[in-house]
Amino acid sequence: MLIKFLLSRQNALEPHMSKDTLEYHWGKHHRAYVENLNKQIVGTELDGMSLEDVIIVSYNKGNMLPPFNNAAQAWNHEFFWESMKPGGGGKPSGELLELIERDFGSFDRFLEEFKSAAATQFGSGWAWLAYKANRLNVDNAVNPFPSEKDKKLVVVKSPNAVNPLVWDYSPLLTIDVWEHAYFLDFENRRPNYISVFMDKLVSWEVVSKRLEIAKARATKREMEEERRKKEEEEENSEDEAVEVYVDGDESESE
Amino acid sequence: MGSVTCNPLAPPSTHLLLNPSKIPKFCHSRRQLHGSQRASKIIAYYGLKTPPYKLDALEPYMSKRTLEVHWGELHRGYVEGLNKHLAKDDVLYGYTLDELVKVSYNSGNPLPVFNNAVQVWNHDFFWESMQPGGGDIPKYGVLEQIEKDFGSFTNFKEKFIGAALTLFGSGYVWLVLKREERRLAVVKTSNAINPLVWNDIPIISLDMWEHAYYLDYKNDKGTYANVFMNHLVSWNAAMSRMARAEAFVNLGEPKIPIA
Repeated sequence: MLIKFLLSRQNALEPHMSKDTLEYHWGKHHRAYVENLNKQIVGTELDGMSLEDVIIVSYNKGNMLPPFNNAAQAWNHEFFWESMKPGGGGKPSGELLELIERDFGSFDRFLEEFKSAAATQFGSGWAWLAYKANRLNVDNAVNPFPSEKDKKLVVVKSPNAVNPLVWDYSPLLTIDVWEHAYFLDFENRRPNYISVFMDKLVSWEVVSKRLEIAKARATKREMEEERRKKEEEEENSEDEAVEVYVDGDESESE
Repeated sequence: MGSVTCNPLAPPSTHLLLNPSKIPKFCHSRRQLHGSQRASKIIAYYGLKTPPYKLDALEPYMSKRTLEVHWGELHRGYVEGLNKHLAKDDVLYGYTLDELVKVSYNSGNPLPVFNNAVQVWNHDFFWESMQPGGGDIPKYGVLEQIEKDFGSFTNFKEKFIGAALTLFGSGYVWLVLKREERRLAVVKTSNAINPLVWNDIPIISLDMWEHAYYLDYKNDKGTYANVFMNHLVSWNAAMSRMARAEAFVNLGEPKIPIA
């Protein structure tokens, strides 16, 4: 909520992200996505759903329905604004830093990977730091033998409006690399924009908080799956009426 | 021993490879600056083609600054990227740029060189699709064909601008001559895809990557697309491309339905 108030004072992120950029990026691009989405879903079954649900449903496993672009972009931009703050940057701390060091080797290696993903996303898109709980490296597959090692942080990049929610990851941080995000301030110099974002704008507090939520959600899911499995087992063991075919029956009919 | 050639562009002769110390001293100064101390390498490369007009010639519809960044930095960057790929892989040397685009597209599983190669092609084509004092309407054969395939020029223009407005993300809008169907069509493509990969013949293109219009029009794609149609598009270029295309596609034959 605070970031929204700050954004309405559009010079909040100067000099790293100009007032002009915010005026257009937030005031025109983001606003258009929200307005067009509302127009698209009014009166349909998507109308009452949460934004995240609208995204998953309209992603339709890759065969996107019309509201997807607007829904995903509305979510992505909100997530993006909240990932920044005036006087941001620096390094993370606490559990987030521990996990980064565990999964990438060091904070610098993570930084390299993230910056490289952002710089090499061809065309429009986003780069993400995400928490991947127990998923195999094949995106939507469920890991049959989950272990603590599978729960890790990853850097991913996505084209156009796609975001890691559709792969069932928990996004923690994003950078918008559509050209409209940096062209007014940096023209074609995307790597400079990425560096300024990481050095001066990232809000590590928000990222840490998102990590907590992601881990809690993963744990809750695991417990629910355990519970569901136990229930299924109990149901199966109650089933006594199983037909057993014995050779003896056949010889009787001869 | 035979004579040692000192031409850096000549194929490496074997005794140069075996006896680098036998290279006469005066050859060193003519060696390419790519750091190789041994036999000369053949280097082929693409150059950055300048647009057929000065960088401020498209004002006020496309600013000099846009041209400086779009051509001078982005397009140049693609050329340099392409040359870096060529330096690594001499198999790619033998192709013309058109062929390189089709080959590296690799039926939808593009090779690493594809993005750079096709973007060089796309931008060369885009600059030439515009001219100072452009716009207006085409004449003669091009106009006839447009009226035949779209009903009217206005209808074509609507379709073209409509495609520009509904393209999501980065990409291009094309007026293309379809080889199989032997007719013109408006096509929009994502990122760097080019109708050559479908064996069609591009006639005009409009770059809808944000870098093409953001400095001048910010988020106003509609005005950009309209300005392109009304003031920038080069129907002269379209005419010469159509003329060439007609050598490959017979537009005069009647469409005989197959029973």
